[in-house]
Amino acid sequence: MKRLKKFGRNLYSNRIWLLMTLPGLIWFAIFAYLPMFGQVIAFKDFRYDADGFFASVKNSDWVGFENFRFLFSTNDAFIITRNTVLYNLLFIVLGLILAVGVAIILSEITKQKLAKVYQTGMLFPHFLSWVVVSYFVFTFLSMDRGMINGFLEHFGFEAISWYNEASFWPYILVAVSQWKGVGFSSIVYLAAIVGIDRSYYEAAMIDGASKWQQIWHVTIPMIMPIIIILTILNIGNIFSADFGLFYQIPRDSGPLYSVTNVIDTYVYRGLMTMGDIGMSTAAGLYQATVGFVLILIANYIVRKVDEDNALF
Amino acid sequence: MANLSNVSSQVKGRTITQKEKAKKAAKTYNPYGFSGKTNIFMHILLASFSFLCIFPFIYVIIISLTSEQSLAQNGYSIFPQEWSLEAYRYLKTMKDQLLSAFGVTLLVTVLGTLISVSIISLYSYAISRKQFIYRKQFTFIAFFTMLFSGGLVPFFIVVTQFLDLKNTIWALILPLAVNAFYIIIMRTFFQQSVPEAILESARIDGAGEFRIFLQIVVPLAVPGIATIALFSTLAYWNDWFNALLFIDNPNLVPLQSLLMKIENNLDFIKQNSMMSQNSSLLNSIPQDSVKMAIVVIATLPIALSYPFFQKYFVKGLTIGGVKE
Repeated sequence: MKRLKKFGRNLYSNRIWLLMTLPGLIWFAIFAYLPMFGQVIAFKDFRYDADGFFASVKNSDWVGFENFRFLFSTNDAFIITRNTVLYNLLFIVLGLILAVGVAIILSEITKQKLAKVYQTGMLFPHFLSWVVVSYFVFTFLSMDRGMINGFLEHFGFEAISWYNEASFWPYILVAVSQWKGVGFSSIVYLAAIVGIDRSYYEAAMIDGASKWQQIWHVTIPMIMPIIIILTILNIGNIFSADFGLFYQIPRDSGPLYSVTNVIDTYVYRGLMTMGDIGMSTAAGLYQATVGFVLILIANYIVRKVDEDNALF
Repeated sequence: MANLSNVSSQVKGRTITQKEKAKKAAKTYNPYGFSGKTNIFMHILLASFSFLCIFPFIYVIIISLTSEQSLAQNGYSIFPQEWSLEAYRYLKTMKDQLLSAFGVTLLVTVLGTLISVSIISLYSYAISRKQFIYRKQFTFIAFFTMLFSGGLVPFFIVVTQFLDLKNTIWALILPLAVNAFYIIIMRTFFQQSVPEAILESARIDGAGEFRIFLQIVVPLAVPGIATIALFSTLAYWNDWFNALLFIDNPNLVPLQSLLMKIENNLDFIKQNSMMSQNSSLLNSIPQDSVKMAIVVIATLPIALSYPFFQKYFVKGLTIGGVKE
């Protein structure tokens, strides 16, 4: 009773702050936490009920792990998991190398005004939607009019039906994702590099370190904390793919599904084209749970190695 | 004698050029940066990559200005045989559709950004203040949504069945309104850029917390708020996913979504005309260049304003760390 009274008093004395957080709290409740609760559909045979959301969830029959059994009995579960994880691993490793590389080069080249111009160019793709980028890619890969087939035919090779030929797509998707993302992800690293105290470099130079040694022994160790934090975040997200990249760029082309279908596109198609709500939810819950566990593990490892760099 | 003087002048000449070279080298030698050839190579590398980043847009502009005949003959060429404004003229026949899509996008972007910025700054300001005893709990409420998500299907059902927002403008606005990541960034920003001492003196003068927020905190936090506004504007302008999920009504289709549908619309017209063997109709639609023209007009606002906001974007990205 006493505690309740104190809680009430606390609420009252913090009313102004609670009021400020209220709109955000309502948003989180509806758009983040209600769907989390809605994940129970994965264990149900979902049926729409005319009485609304809660009635639908409540009145659908429990089926236990039936949806999951169905999901993992097909080959799809393996393919979408493999695609999602392998693409994301490639994106993380390649993205890190390219972004840090670009940031280092931008910070070291002479004529910093030109460096700004380069950065402006490299950042441009980040501001475009995947729909627009898919048209960009199409101008290169179109079967009868695209630039690449134009080159191939000019040099006497046969034209390739890019949107039907799965074997090229891993390369295309990786290239497009890096093209769009490198400029953006290098910004954070560049900011970290610019913030490094110049006296470290002066000391290194007095000791006779070459430029490459300075990069290797000063720049990279100094930006390691930010590299680690961003990489943990990325590893935590290794189970969630960029829907736009995998849906828009291959133009939803059926023959490419074996290499372009990821968990996100699978869930989307399950929901919108097949209408299999139970199984799509199960796939989504599988994705969210594994992702959650992964980020906890990644953070735990980092905390063991170096507590200051852990995320939480 | 003549030979000798010749030789001496030659020697003189050589020493001068050597001196000049040394001077030049001293000028270009950058103790902090790459030297000589490496530097040039890196310049070329970055210049080519940044050109590659803009090139597709230029390419699309060229295609949109190419006559349909040239396209049929030579494909998408950087140097078209015949330029033409046909595609842009054809857009006039689609005027209603285009204007409606522009209107929807503009409304969603403006309204969405206002709502988004208000909710995010209020929430993150509250959790940045030490007086708020539940700040840890509220930070966690936001932070946890970055770790675990409800997934697409429950989200879809909540929006369509619980909120009943299908085919309304709110289905395009509300899902993007709040983002936990921005809240965490802004919280750090408020902690660093709004010193408690100023607020304390305002409180002594009897100002209420909301008044303090509007008159003191917001002006101090303009750089951070502008950044969030910029992120938000771009997210709304480029959004097609929510339209894909929730919008069937052709009057509510935003620009990006129209761009996705135009393909099908034009294919539909093409197929019909092929079936009816009506090749004159087929030829009358400059199909490819029209598509590219719409890509151009959807991208142009960003491309034109981009050099101005890029500076703030870069600055804003680095304002607040994620960590407590």
